[in-house]
Amino acid sequence: MNSIIFSAAARLLVALMFVFSLFMLLRGHHLPGGGFIGGLIGAVSFIVYSLACGPAEARKALRISPEVIAMLGLGVALLAGMFSFFMGDPLFTGQWYWVGGDSYETSAFSINTVLVFDVGVYLVVLGGILSLTYAFEEET
Amino acid sequence: MSWVLVMPIAVPFLTAVVAFLARSYPAGRWISLAGSVLTLIASAVLMAAVLDEGVIAAQMSNWDAPFGITLVADYLSAVMVVITAITGLATAIYALGEIPEETEALGFYALFQTLIAGVTGAFLTGDLFNLYVWFEVMLIASFSLLVIGGGKERLDAGIKYVALNLVSTLIFLSGIGLLYGITGTLNMADMRDAVANAENQGLVTVLAMMFMVGFGVKAAVFPLFFWLPASYHTPYFAISAVFAGLLTKVGVYALMRMFTLVFVGDVGFTHEILIWVSLFTMFTGVIGAAAQTDFRKILSFHIISQIGYMTLGLALFTPLALMGGVFYLVHHIIVKANLFFVAGLAKQYAGDTDLNRIGGLYKSAPLLAALFIIPAFSLAGFPPLSGFWAKYLIVKAALELNAWFVTFVSLLVGLLTIYSMTKIWGMAFWKPHPDGIDPTPDRAPPQVTRSMIIPIAGLAAMTIVIGFYPEPFVQFAETAATQLLDPTDYVTSVLGVQP
Repeated sequence: MNSIIFSAAARLLVALMFVFSLFMLLRGHHLPGGGFIGGLIGAVSFIVYSLACGPAEARKALRISPEVIAMLGLGVALLAGMFSFFMGDPLFTGQWYWVGGDSYETSAFSINTVLVFDVGVYLVVLGGILSLTYAFEEET
Repeated sequence: MSWVLVMPIAVPFLTAVVAFLARSYPAGRWISLAGSVLTLIASAVLMAAVLDEGVIAAQMSNWDAPFGITLVADYLSAVMVVITAITGLATAIYALGEIPEETEALGFYALFQTLIAGVTGAFLTGDLFNLYVWFEVMLIASFSLLVIGGGKERLDAGIKYVALNLVSTLIFLSGIGLLYGITGTLNMADMRDAVANAENQGLVTVLAMMFMVGFGVKAAVFPLFFWLPASYHTPYFAISAVFAGLLTKVGVYALMRMFTLVFVGDVGFTHEILIWVSLFTMFTGVIGAAAQTDFRKILSFHIISQIGYMTLGLALFTPLALMGGVFYLVHHIIVKANLFFVAGLAKQYAGDTDLNRIGGLYKSAPLLAALFIIPAFSLAGFPPLSGFWAKYLIVKAALELNAWFVTFVSLLVGLLTIYSMTKIWGMAFWKPHPDGIDPTPDRAPPQVTRSMIIPIAGLAAMTIVIGFYPEPFVQFAETAATQLLDPTDYVTSVLGVQP
């Protein structure tokens, strides 16, 4: 698609959507959002970019091939789940460290494996969707 | 404790990730091999724990059953996990010789390890919806493995395979939804009581039929097997071997689990249907094989025929029959994967898998001929190989029930199996090669031969060990059957207390 309006608007939109996808990722677990929905929005931002500038350009902007992103995400999610081994809990038990308190209400924020798992899901969805759509776009 | 159950699933998954990242380098294949060895170790640890403590269960994420996902291993699950790991290791070695570099670079080993993880997960889960998820993991990985390497024939086979398997998973999923509506639980152990106490027993029987159809497609029983001979003869030999060994057995395992644990309210009706389904499966499979002249197509039809024996073990529903079914399951995975391995090596030597276009292997490759005879005659049920004991147990169970017709069909199918095996023997090994060439082992590079013959020899050795020293295996199968028929231990260890 060779529309100057679209490609000019895409520059703005893509960055905005990508930042929004990260926001959705970070807000997950306690509020609506999370890795899956974040990954979808992130994928859409790159799809818009590839529609505006072509899939070759979009691949370059992504830097790593989407298949690798998806597999890395799988590894991140799995390792986040396996972290509970060191705490003596079964697989995928969420490990929480509350900063400045001992629960969601009292603490300022938390460091936890659930977010790491969600980052993994985010990467799987982003990489998976992008490898599908790029394959389709490059074929035509 | 719970990690004993997790590791056989987690190791292949991690291997898949690492092998994918290293897919363009030679290191990728060694990572896959190392991962398969580690998986086998993890499975052996699980087996040791089960032998030591009986049924073991673990609640993932610390959510108590029946709310969280439970992993549970009884004797049947444990032996299936071990045999999966053994087949996985054999295939990982075999693939070193067979898989070309460009296929490796597409992520072959990652897909293969994911398949192993999916199969293992299906054997270990105690949650019905989780079982569906593992089925999907297996389906996605197996579809990719089926079409990887390209070609019109593979794509054609892949589409038939995936379309029919999607129908089966859809039926399975609707069954899960309806069963959840009746019982309000997805935990299989919890479901046992809930189903027994359900008001509408008619609906339960209908659901049992839905599960029978869903798992039946996976297990390739009559009349739902047509996807199997349409697809198993196209992919790489390493892949057809692992498919032939493991994938249909997951369907049989799921049938065994559901129809001993959950759907036991109307055994007279459901298991009577299973008997007829099994007999038709055995017979049509073996007749279909008789009509084929391709090495792998004959073997594919024999998978179907042998599946019938396993479901027959379940359908007769006596301790002896189930014991035979479990024994058959284990024996058949080893033997069938091995026969596909042999077919691959025979193609390397003689140039084709069509029996009309090859021959002379006995004269030029006597070692391969000897290694073919062992699994082939074991499949046909020759004493003293492992297949003899498997068939003996099933037939004895049928005789004890005075089920003369069932006995007759079992023996007849055994006889017809010998016919197909001797056909392969006569055409591929004894008859001279039609092109006049001498199919010597020199026609394959030595490192290819080496990595292909090691798994063939290893699995053949296992067949012989089971054949000559069946006592511990039979005892194991007996305990597995006892646990299946009286799942009190299973239910107690999943739910924590006697409900």
